[in-house]
Amino acid sequence: MAWTKKDLLGLEDLSREEIELILTTAESFKEVSTREIKKVPALRGKTVVNLFYEPSTRTRVSFEVAAKRLSADVINIAASESSVRKGETLIDTGRNIEALKADIIVVRHNASGAAEMLARNVGISVVNAGDGWHEHPTQALLDIFTLKEKLGKIEGLKVTIVGDIAHSRVARSNIWGLTKLGAEVLVCAPKMLIPAAIEQMGACVTHNIDDALRDADAINVLRMQFERDEENAFPKQLGYFKNFGITEERLKKAKKNIIVMHPGPINRGIEISSEVADGLNSVILEQVTNGIAVRMSVLFLVAQGRDTKDATGNSPSL
Amino acid sequence: MTKNSKLLIKNGHIVDPANNLDMVADILIENSNISQVGNNIKLNNAKIIDATDKIVMPGLVDMHVHLREPGREDKETIASGTEAALKGGVTTVLAMPNTQPAVDCVENLRLLKSIIKETANANVFIVGAITKEREGKEFVDIAKLKKEGIAAISDDGSSVDNDKLMLKALIKAKEYKVLVICHCEDKLLTKNGAVNLGFTSTRLGLRGISNESEYKRVERDILLAERAKARLHIAHVSCRQSVELIAKAKRKGIRVTAETAPQYFSLSEEAVLRYDTNMKVNPPLRSKDDVDAIRQGLKDGVIDVIASDHAPHTKNEKDIEFERAEFGVIGLETELAVSITELVNKGILDWMGLVKKMALNPAKILGIYKPPHQFQDSKGILRNWCGGKGTLSVGSDADIIVVSPNKEWRVEKEGFASKSKNSAFLGRKLVGMVEYTICNGKVAYKL
Repeated sequence: MAWTKKDLLGLEDLSREEIELILTTAESFKEVSTREIKKVPALRGKTVVNLFYEPSTRTRVSFEVAAKRLSADVINIAASESSVRKGETLIDTGRNIEALKADIIVVRHNASGAAEMLARNVGISVVNAGDGWHEHPTQALLDIFTLKEKLGKIEGLKVTIVGDIAHSRVARSNIWGLTKLGAEVLVCAPKMLIPAAIEQMGACVTHNIDDALRDADAINVLRMQFERDEENAFPKQLGYFKNFGITEERLKKAKKNIIVMHPGPINRGIEISSEVADGLNSVILEQVTNGIAVRMSVLFLVAQGRDTKDATGNSPSL
Repeated sequence: MTKNSKLLIKNGHIVDPANNLDMVADILIENSNISQVGNNIKLNNAKIIDATDKIVMPGLVDMHVHLREPGREDKETIASGTEAALKGGVTTVLAMPNTQPAVDCVENLRLLKSIIKETANANVFIVGAITKEREGKEFVDIAKLKKEGIAAISDDGSSVDNDKLMLKALIKAKEYKVLVICHCEDKLLTKNGAVNLGFTSTRLGLRGISNESEYKRVERDILLAERAKARLHIAHVSCRQSVELIAKAKRKGIRVTAETAPQYFSLSEEAVLRYDTNMKVNPPLRSKDDVDAIRQGLKDGVIDVIASDHAPHTKNEKDIEFERAEFGVIGLETELAVSITELVNKGILDWMGLVKKMALNPAKILGIYKPPHQFQDSKGILRNWCGGKGTLSVGSDADIIVVSPNKEWRVEKEGFASKSKNSAFLGRKLVGMVEYTICNGKVAYKL
């Protein structure tokens, strides 16, 4: 199949085939990063703008590296919340970037739906690098890519996501992506951190970490964002580690080859022990490496998707 | 219309629940009142509107409208809002007090009245605030505002959080015979919420607004109104539990009435799924089950009134991130057609029922409907009573609309008379169109 979408906004919108296309394309791009000269000309002459309204190092750098390995020109814009309040709207910023004849905007924003709103209002491609609590599609894609690489398939796997599900865009994107590919997803958190009607997204819920680990083929450990606890919903840090932290002792009761993932940055001793984070089951650093291939794939495909649209006149062209 | 000029509406299908009239007849208007209703009225000197195959009904009384003036004339003015009203078949609006300044003292009320007198295109009645600046802290002078002519009091947009203060407000309202309209929302529960709590809030990653935040306050206000023996009207009911609580209160004989808005019986939370800020309303669009309950409540008579909650906002305030966008949609120009399309044509209300919800009941609740009667004037002469809204009775104010019941049209941004375009029904095909709006005897709008 061919990619036809101008944007990548979330995994809820994608079909199983589209997700598989991103993963297969990523497989072929992964090799580029192992070369002596880590570059292909796929996006030569294209401009990628990283528009980040939230502080982010790893995602931004990963997108930057990915774009550069595709030979695109990269511009980074760090827009702080205060400048937004004073200044222009997101739509105006997007239109200005479009007027600079950029080709792809990679946007990170603290408001859910911001990427979608931007995509509706510009003719160029928009890639969602995380919007509020809504979606973080490239993180989920790299998680899925890593899982597939390790276990050979996604269909039939049992994957547990543990942590603050309520406020997590990573959890939402993973649930959509994994269930579309035929995996079973179990989410595990204290009651206050499970959002309403999450079962309707296709996930099962437990509040007991040992139950959550028992049959799991993989566990995705989310960072507890204590700094964002506006509603006082979080348990105390130590209490959380005691009841939900991923430790060697807990892993002993799980499948021997369970895969341990974490989107980073990790808080050692809060959601995961150092022994587990650095242990044999951990694929945390491989996720970072795979993130580049997955983002190369996404940038490459949306650029193509937009070209397709230009040809058919479905989308405003430059 | 000059004095003594006459207007004859011929051959229309008259729907007037106040007189139990549902038949083809003529209506004669003289001197801004209805002077005759009957068959084959013949006159040589009257202007004639041919209403063959049209529905003729009392002008709509919309008891929940934000006209924004004074203070936010960029969103709407008394002039533009009442023009929009006429276009939608609404001849009387009840203006909510959350203007800038709020209608919380006699000076502000007088200012508003003077603007209305100069610029209004339709009848405007005014709601005063319950508390100063609608802050829920200090009472307004209800007696003075009542004397100066308010039709009700409400802190609409907010609920009076303090139970004791609310009880006192109801007791005072009872004393001065003022209707209290309650916006039922517990802001501690809805804080920062943007959409209905449930699958929609989870899937969109937005903070949710629970049904509890509404119905707990409905329950409280009913209890307090019962205690105060006051008249209570509950605004924009959106969820099943509220309907059930109101039904229960009515069975107990508590003097409570309730309204809902077209968005709550025609749209469910799924409409928000692409972060469409024109679907961001307060209370939020609810689940399909709640929508069913609202429809059933209208059918059963638990919900007395359909009002628009017309809430104009500028493009700037809606074309932003969903969680930052303002709550509210415009509705004056679509409420009749949405109600025909979604209620009459789906068998939930008949035409008589529709006119009750949109004209007769609100007029009764506001005390501006009076059944026809005779009285002795100061000289002891027996006269027929004149005036009143919500009916086509002889003697009533000639607020009448002529509607094409089957005409289809599409809601377009360009078509609105309102200054704002934030409609939840943009692009929708609706059935039923206002052909003529006659307000106080004059043809105030013609298609």
